[in-house]
Parts: sequence; structure tokens; C-alpha cells
Amino acid sequence: MKVAVASGKGGTGKTTVAVSLALALGGSVPIQFLDCDVEEPNGHLFLKPVYTREEEVTLLVPEIDENKCNYCGTCAKICNFNAIAVAGRKVLVFPELCHGCGACSRFCPEGAIREVPFRIGVVASGRAGSIEMVEGRLDIGKPLAPPVIKAVKKHAQPDKDVIIDAPPGTSCPVVAAINGSDFCLLVTEPTPFGLYDLKLAVEVTRELGIPCGVIINRSTSTDGDVEKYCYQEGIPVVLKIPFDQRYAACYAQGHPLVLKFPEWIPAFKELWQRIVGMVKKGV
Amino acid sequence: MFELLVISGKGGTGKTSLVGALAMLAKNKVLVDCDVDAPDLHLLLHPEEESSNEFWGGYKASINIERCTRCGLCEEACRFEAIKDFRIHPVFCEGCGVCFRLCPVGAVEFKQLAVGYWYISRTNFGPLVHARLGVGEENSGKLVTVVRQAARNLARERGLNLIIIDGPPGIGCPVISSLTGVSLALVVTEPTVAGKHDLERVINLARHFRVPTVIAINKFDLALEKSEEIEKYCAQQGLEIVGKIPFDEEVNRALSRGQSFLTVKHSKAACAVTSLWEKLQVRLGS
Repeated sequence: MKVAVASGKGGTGKTTVAVSLALALGGSVPIQFLDCDVEEPNGHLFLKPVYTREEEVTLLVPEIDENKCNYCGTCAKICNFNAIAVAGRKVLVFPELCHGCGACSRFCPEGAIREVPFRIGVVASGRAGSIEMVEGRLDIGKPLAPPVIKAVKKHAQPDKDVIIDAPPGTSCPVVAAINGSDFCLLVTEPTPFGLYDLKLAVEVTRELGIPCGVIINRSTSTDGDVEKYCYQEGIPVVLKIPFDQRYAACYAQGHPLVLKFPEWIPAFKELWQRIVGMVKKGV
Repeated sequence: MFELLVISGKGGTGKTSLVGALAMLAKNKVLVDCDVDAPDLHLLLHPEEESSNEFWGGYKASINIERCTRCGLCEEACRFEAIKDFRIHPVFCEGCGVCFRLCPVGAVEFKQLAVGYWYISRTNFGPLVHARLGVGEENSGKLVTVVRQAARNLARERGLNLIIIDGPPGIGCPVISSLTGVSLALVVTEPTVAGKHDLERVINLARHFRVPTVIAINKFDLALEKSEEIEKYCAQQGLEIVGKIPFDEEVNRALSRGQSFLTVKHSKAACAVTSLWEKLQVRLGS
């Protein structure tokens, strides 16, 4: 089974939940942890894996053969990402803007464009105890996170239980991270910001047809609005983690919640069983 | 014109709360929400819409099934795995147009779509330019560029010399679009291992684009040791810390009323942000 942990709003506790789930289950079943928050991957700070492999993530970007090019400008005209400009007898390629679609090389009438790999990030893989860990890391200054996320997800093995730590937001990186999951856990906090962004995140999961459940982190007496929304929308609130300064301190130091407070292990195991049940029933 | 961008790397460190407070302190400015895929600033500023504009994002392809001969060329050529069984999934289509140009029978339609809105609004604290990208959409960076340009035009029209931007989390495309060409980036961090890790990445991003940077540590007293680590790191990097904001329950209490914590006079956080603003003004040269 593949479960993604997402949120809409950042800083609500995605990594706390994903790491806790992985550690709570890791002893009994083979778990893969995929850190798909490639702009700011944090899972490794808590799971402290030993990485044994690192592969570059590249996009195929155009390279112009000046001997064949007649500066007709077709490539610049058809590139929808403004990654090529032709000015007089000069072709400028902006690889950071390129999505690697291949249109320019495919449609160049002179066959003057070939595609060359351009590095945008890395995928590191290894183990953290019994947990198999894969982490994507977007290079600084490169805008395109989705190809790195997709490269991380290629490591997912069908016979394992996979936990995906997704990025915040609601746009293409989130779609790339949670797409193909059997279930999506949405972590929120009981504030107007948390609720507003939760609603947007729910829309993303619906667009992709992924069932979801909500976790209220830093739960207090102000959970009411989130609970009311979930009830109205028929979304189960599957876990509440109360606000506790001790949990905040534990997080600050980079300690996983379930290791410092093992009383939480059964709650995360039960949560997993409940998700398994919901996915089987097709809720 | 001075453009101040508030970013963080890590989400949830307090960007929007800080911008909401700066909105009350700063004068003669335009406010901008560049976190276009999860915008929250309006929840503090309660804007009244003056104008609403469609955002024409990239293109999307779709297959006219009546014309399609099921040759499969498009599916084979699509690098984004957006085509399956002669249908194009709009969420995965990146709008490159390869299928459209390749289709031998002209069965692929290729159109630019309105994938969001951007607004100019009135608030009690000055004009706000904000936006809403459709869920799951691409082109957040392009929308950020549109919003920033609208803010600059508005500032010029109304003779305002400061633009305060609430930025998105991360270091990817919308952050880069928010960052390029601003006068100063204020990075809000928190005293956690993740906060520090993400701070380092976003500082390197700002450096990559040669944007001057200052730092604020939010909830600094929740983990003093980690705050000291961050201070030490910033000193090594030659970066000024313009403010240390204490944890204050008034922040969330005010937020749940839809207000900035600055409305709670003499609260710990309000005092800290007021002195942060004094330091920032030196940088702003006003």
C-alpha cells in the first residue's frame, strides 16, 4: 500500500506524521520512506539514514549544432516554456526553464538540435534501520521540482508499504508527490490558515481521486471548525495529536515523536490498520 | 521602489503572521501574497475586492475522440505520462504541445486556459494584490510574476514606495519568481533542526540570485540552544538577525479572531516585531 502525507499549509506536521508512521510500522513490515519534499527534504533529519547510493536527476535539454542551424527560429516559436530564444545568428538556451518535452529537437527542420542531460537534483537512497529510505533533493536555483519527485517515486516497490512525505502547497509538486497513492493523510492545525489550506488540499486529492483522512496536529480546544468541515465533507478525522510543549521540544531537537514518546506507537499502528481497512473497503 | 520579500524555506515558520503584523506597521505600501497555491494573507487582512482578473496560464491539450484514429503516436511522444487510452489528463499535461504538433489527423486541441485569478483589493492597511491558482495547476511561477508586476504598477500609480511580499515556502519555481530582483529578502526561521536545515538552503538560493538577506527567528525561546546555533550560523555567513520573536499564545488567539497579534498591544510578539520593524526601516533607507 502507498500512503502519502500532505497538508496544503506548510509546517503542520507532515514529516512528524510520516516519520512516526514509518517507525511505528518499521519493526514488523518492510517499509519504504520516500521523501518527496525535494525543495526542503527533512525526513533524514529524524530518521538519520545511511545513504549508500546517489543518482543524479537530469532533464533532457536542447543543444544546438551551430553547423546545421540556419536560425529559422522554429524552436523558439514552438517552445512553450520560453527556454529557447533566437536572436539574429545566435540561439540562446535557458536550461533552467526547459521542461524536457523534446518539442524543439523533434520539430527542428534542420535536425540541428540534440538533447543533452542537464542536472537538476539528486536522489539518495539507503537505509534507516529496517526502513528503506529514498530522498530527493532539488539543486539550489533549479525551479522544477516535479521531475525530481518522479525520480524518487520510481524507487517505490509494489510489494512494500510505502510512505510518501509530500511538499506543502496545492500545485504541481504536490500532484507529482501524491499521484498514484492509495490514500492521502492530510495533516492540519486548528487555525484559520490550517483550515483554509486543508480545504485546498482536499480539492487536490479529489481531483486525483485519492481517498483522504485528516490528522489534526497541535490539537486544542479550537479544533471545532476543522472537525465541522470534515464532518460536512464526509472526511474522517483519523488522529489528533494534542499541542504539547514537550512534543515541540522533541521536534526541535530532531527526535522522532514515537521514539521519545513510545506511547504513540500503538496509535500510529492503529491508524495504519484503519487506513488499510478504508482502502480495502474502497471508502 | 523598495521590494521586501518574506520567505522561509520551511513552511509554517510564521511568514504570513509576520507580514500581517508588518502590514500594520509599515506606511505607504502595497501588500502582495505570492504564495499563490496556498494563500493565507487575506485571512488576516480581510480584503475587499476592487478588481478580479483571469490568469491565463500555460496551454493544455485535449483529444477530440471523434477525430482520433488511435494511432498512439501522441502517447508515445508525451514525456509527462499525461496520455492514456487516447485521453489526456489535464492535471498531468504540462502544455508542451508535442502531441498537438504530432497528431497526423489534427485530433488534438491545444488551448491556453484560465487557470486562476488575481485580484487587486482594498484593505484597512493599504492595497493588496493576491491570487488564487487552480488546484493542482502548473505555472505558479508565472502567476507570481504577474502578481508582482501588478503590484509594481499599482505602487507607481498610487505613489507608494514600498512593496511587502508574503512568499511561498520551498526553494522551487514560485520562490525563484518571488525572489528575483527584490531589494531585500527577510527569511523567517524557527529554532528546530528542520528550520535550520531549510534556512541554509533558502539562504543559498538568495545568494545564488544575489539578493541581500536578513533573518528573523520566530518562537526563538522554544528551543534556545537551536536559536543559538542559528545565530552562530548567521554570524558566520555575515547575515544580520533583525529580530527574535518569542513564542506568544496571543499570536494564534488573534489569528483565530482573524486578526494580527499586533492588535494585542504590549504582547510579547508585538513588541518584538515592532523593534524588528525599526531595524528593517534602516535597511529600507527610510
